[in-house]
Amino acid sequence: MRYKYIINGIVQGVGFRPTVYKIATSLNLKGYVLNSSDGVIIEIEGKNRDKFLNELKNNLPPLAKIEKIECFKLPLKNYKDFEIKYSINTTKTTSISPDISVCEDCLKEMRDKNNRRYLYPFINCTNCGPRYTIIENIPYDRVNTSMKKFKMCENCKKEYENPIERRFHAEPISCYECGPKLSVKFKIENGKWAVKDFNREIKKIEFIANKIKEGKIVAIKGLGGFHLVCDATNEKSVYELRKRKNRPLKPFAMMFRDIEMIKKYADISNKEKELILSKERPIVIVKKKKELKGIADKIDRYGVFLPYTPIHYLLFDFLDFPIVATSANISDEPIIRDSKELIEKLGSVVDFILDNNRDIINACDDSVVQVVNEERLFMRLSRGFAPKSFYIDKKTSPNILALGANQKNTISLYFNQKVILSPHIGDLKTLGSIEFFERTINTFRRLYEFKEDVIICDKHPYYESTKWALSQNKEVIQIQHHFSHALSVMFENSLDGEFLAFLFDGTGYGDDGSIWGGEVFRVTKHNYERIHYIKPFKLIGSEKGVKNPSNYAISLIDEQLAKNFKNYEIIKKLQNGPFPLTSSMGRVFDAVAFLSGMIDRNEYEGISGLIIEKFYNENIKGFIDIGIKKELDFKEIFNFAYLNRGKFELVSSIFINSLVNLVVKLSKYYNLPVILSGGVFQNKTLLGKILKNIYAYYNKEIPINDGGISIGQVAYGIWNLRRENGT
Amino acid sequence: MKITLSYGGGGEETQKLINELFYKYFDNEILKKSEDAAVIETNKKIAFTTDSFTVSPIFFNGGDIGKLSVVGTCNDLAMMGAKPKYLSSGFIIEEGLEYSTLEKIVKSMSDELKKIDVKIVCGDTKVVPAGSVDKIFINTSGIGDVIKENISASNLEVGDKILISRDIGRHGAVILAKRYGVETNLESDCKLLWDEVKALIDAKINIKAMRDATRGGVSAVLNEWANSSNIGIEIKEENLKISDEVLGLCEMFGFEPIDLANEGTFVVAVNSEDAKKAEEILKKFNENASIVGEVVEGNRVVLISPWNTKRVIELPKGELLPRIC
Ligand SMILES: [Fe+3]
Ligand SMILES: [Mg+2]
Ligand SMILES: [Zn+2]
Ligand SMILES: [Zn+2]
Repeated sequence: MRYKYIINGIVQGVGFRPTVYKIATSLNLKGYVLNSSDGVIIEIEGKNRDKFLNELKNNLPPLAKIEKIECFKLPLKNYKDFEIKYSINTTKTTSISPDISVCEDCLKEMRDKNNRRYLYPFINCTNCGPRYTIIENIPYDRVNTSMKKFKMCENCKKEYENPIERRFHAEPISCYECGPKLSVKFKIENGKWAVKDFNREIKKIEFIANKIKEGKIVAIKGLGGFHLVCDATNEKSVYELRKRKNRPLKPFAMMFRDIEMIKKYADISNKEKELILSKERPIVIVKKKKELKGIADKIDRYGVFLPYTPIHYLLFDFLDFPIVATSANISDEPIIRDSKELIEKLGSVVDFILDNNRDIINACDDSVVQVVNEERLFMRLSRGFAPKSFYIDKKTSPNILALGANQKNTISLYFNQKVILSPHIGDLKTLGSIEFFERTINTFRRLYEFKEDVIICDKHPYYESTKWALSQNKEVIQIQHHFSHALSVMFENSLDGEFLAFLFDGTGYGDDGSIWGGEVFRVTKHNYERIHYIKPFKLIGSEKGVKNPSNYAISLIDEQLAKNFKNYEIIKKLQNGPFPLTSSMGRVFDAVAFLSGMIDRNEYEGISGLIIEKFYNENIKGFIDIGIKKELDFKEIFNFAYLNRGKFELVSSIFINSLVNLVVKLSKYYNLPVILSGGVFQNKTLLGKILKNIYAYYNKEIPINDGGISIGQVAYGIWNLRRENGT
Repeated sequence: MKITLSYGGGGEETQKLINELFYKYFDNEILKKSEDAAVIETNKKIAFTTDSFTVSPIFFNGGDIGKLSVVGTCNDLAMMGAKPKYLSSGFIIEEGLEYSTLEKIVKSMSDELKKIDVKIVCGDTKVVPAGSVDKIFINTSGIGDVIKENISASNLEVGDKILISRDIGRHGAVILAKRYGVETNLESDCKLLWDEVKALIDAKINIKAMRDATRGGVSAVLNEWANSSNIGIEIKEENLKISDEVLGLCEMFGFEPIDLANEGTFVVAVNSEDAKKAEEILKKFNENASIVGEVVEGNRVVLISPWNTKRVIELPKGELLPRIC
């Protein structure tokens, strides 16, 4: 008998066919493997045909991902051998791989004096290197990537065409002879920049490394954009970078040479180590051990990661300290991907640039994760993980474009039984980020030959995505923000039925026009009921009040206590002001942090939660019991925070314990399976404690914050919309 | 003494109001003829506008509803390059308003009229039952001689410069503060603008467009221009002058100064060659006058921060709903 498989997923340009070839020949099977517009087609005949699929699944190349396998049993054709067949190179149904850190094999070659790619800064193979960031169009062929301007030399071509080579159809393949080049740029007079000449690539890297050692601020082009880099152990450089970039406090991520170097500065668990070393190379949030001034002042965490391109590895040949490696952008704008823009926007921030002439087509920020109860939690899903695809069983919905939230924006597509989640786009606050949002939509339409029938967006009337959606002359469906959070959890966990969802975040537009964010829903795939919420209060100062919580925070405590504040009289008057009502849990965190004296202002998003976590003390077991009423009243907690001003550990621990108690108590009361989602659950202590007490579903594969909203939106469409013409 | 319904009845009390209050303060030959309509002579192009004033509170730092009713209409004329000449005034008064309050308002109107020689030549008074209006509403219409033609929101061209005559947001901030009982030393910018406009015209500045940034503030003006002229406008944030008091109140109330109303502040678009000169002239009236931006390609109004972040400025929203987490 002959078996025919049709395989879909990330199966092209990732060494899939050579793997199939190796396995088939090792099992002495006959037949062929072929790329087609339906996916990869494999036919096999022979005694060991039943072993084939398992072998394949167990030996998938690192970047390959199988989403769907169809199997047909057919009469024998008596093939004589096994071959890799060439055909129409269409990839309509093939997913695009994320970018992956340089692999061990390539690193070995890069370190081998006798290898023709010794110290080559752009070494890669089918198992590693750039993918999404260099693709311009489909199919995924060199001519459709930014490698098209580099004509393969004879040696590279040989490797590219050899089915048993690690570089068989590695589209970004190159070498010294035919590949991209580094360039060092430096400032000359009146804002102009010039290129410095070196005879060897490694000399350019050494030069930049020396500048970092000298305390200079440099920009280095990586996979998805530029990093701003300086010596993380040089306080002066770090604060200089903060000054130049107008980023007073928000933590900087640090890149380290190796895991040993990280251990000098941070305490890491095994799971954290595993994530740090994983091929996606995300930034991992870990516990500080040794304080480096200016990196993450006021909190007890560092964001750490390891080199992921050959350039980073080579850089650390000359450095024995960690470097700041923060996305090169101007605040609230997307990461910068070419040096012209870098010079225009950050020319006054950087002293030197390590550029290269392999264009970044699609910008992509670093991913950010942390470990909660031995599991990975996404704060930002981007380089290495995105675009991320999910396979759907049914085929009944129209094509959907889901636009996400306004902050931590991502978009998602549904078509052809597949959901694709974009990389992190960012906060749609500035013209630059709105343009990036629109560009990403167009990129995804092009790369997946996608055309939406329906657009799904948030209910917030002022979200940029809402405005964009309503300007498209297409059917638009608006889904409530927290419902989307809940649905995102149901989607990735394949849940059905009725759930109790705790949706804690900063801001989401509510059905009543107020700002929600401390919500308890009874939820199904189709509907939700808002059964509990934080007792709404006036957000004095509106959006500006988010940055400056003093006024509304003081309005939350008992009057005789509030009288101690000198702005009490004003606050009393402002109570009648033109401000929205909110039930936001994010604002509750800010208020607790403010009232207890931990913060004066909300200097960057999430700082209150991080500071509260820093002061959490395991030994303090007490809590305040919040009564189960429809409107959950936190007044006692606010009073407590104020009355214990300065006792940070006490306030932090009692507050977190009280929230844990509330969630646990409500879960038992309703006796429904529990869902947790929303940015507040990035709080590792809170989430961890809840999970120790009850079983709960939460976001593991996608961000738990607003980065997951587009998935919830797309899920709503898949579960609730039907194709009109029944096709 | 309070204003009663009978003051609006057309009888003895009405006559008393006209003779003892309005004629006293708005004294001029045309008005005093007491005809059914004022007859005025003009052989020039005229500009004609009307506005109703319903501000609450009616007295505020730097002005009151009376001053505002003269300034608002005269400024609208001035913005079209017209020298204000004649006004009408219609009063709708809530029964029970103190006579002395009304007198204060009328006097305040009269003080403004004298400043640029503009006359109220016809008027009307109604008194309505308590609760029908909030204390007093005033409508004024105005006629002015057009001195400079071709000032229009649809004249802007790429390269033109945008100037603002002073620091922004004062009137809106004062009203907000007063309405919610927040104390402030801030004064409204409420002021006649004809002198500034005349100075620009006399200096032969090529004025493309001009508008007082009243309701909706500078944001509304710029968006209207971008729309009417089908161009984009870029404003440098650091060039916008904003007083510390306005900034403080904005922080408290969550407003943007650029969205707040002004009553004596105007935005003017001029040929780029004339920009410096226009700035110098305006600085003589208020040192905070400055070139704030320029007309560019596109169709959006963009605010550029000192760190080069670009943010789109839209028409101010009725509701303030935070979007951030
Ligand atoms: Fe959210
Ligand atoms: Mg007007
Ligand atoms: Zn490799
Ligand atoms: Zn080569």
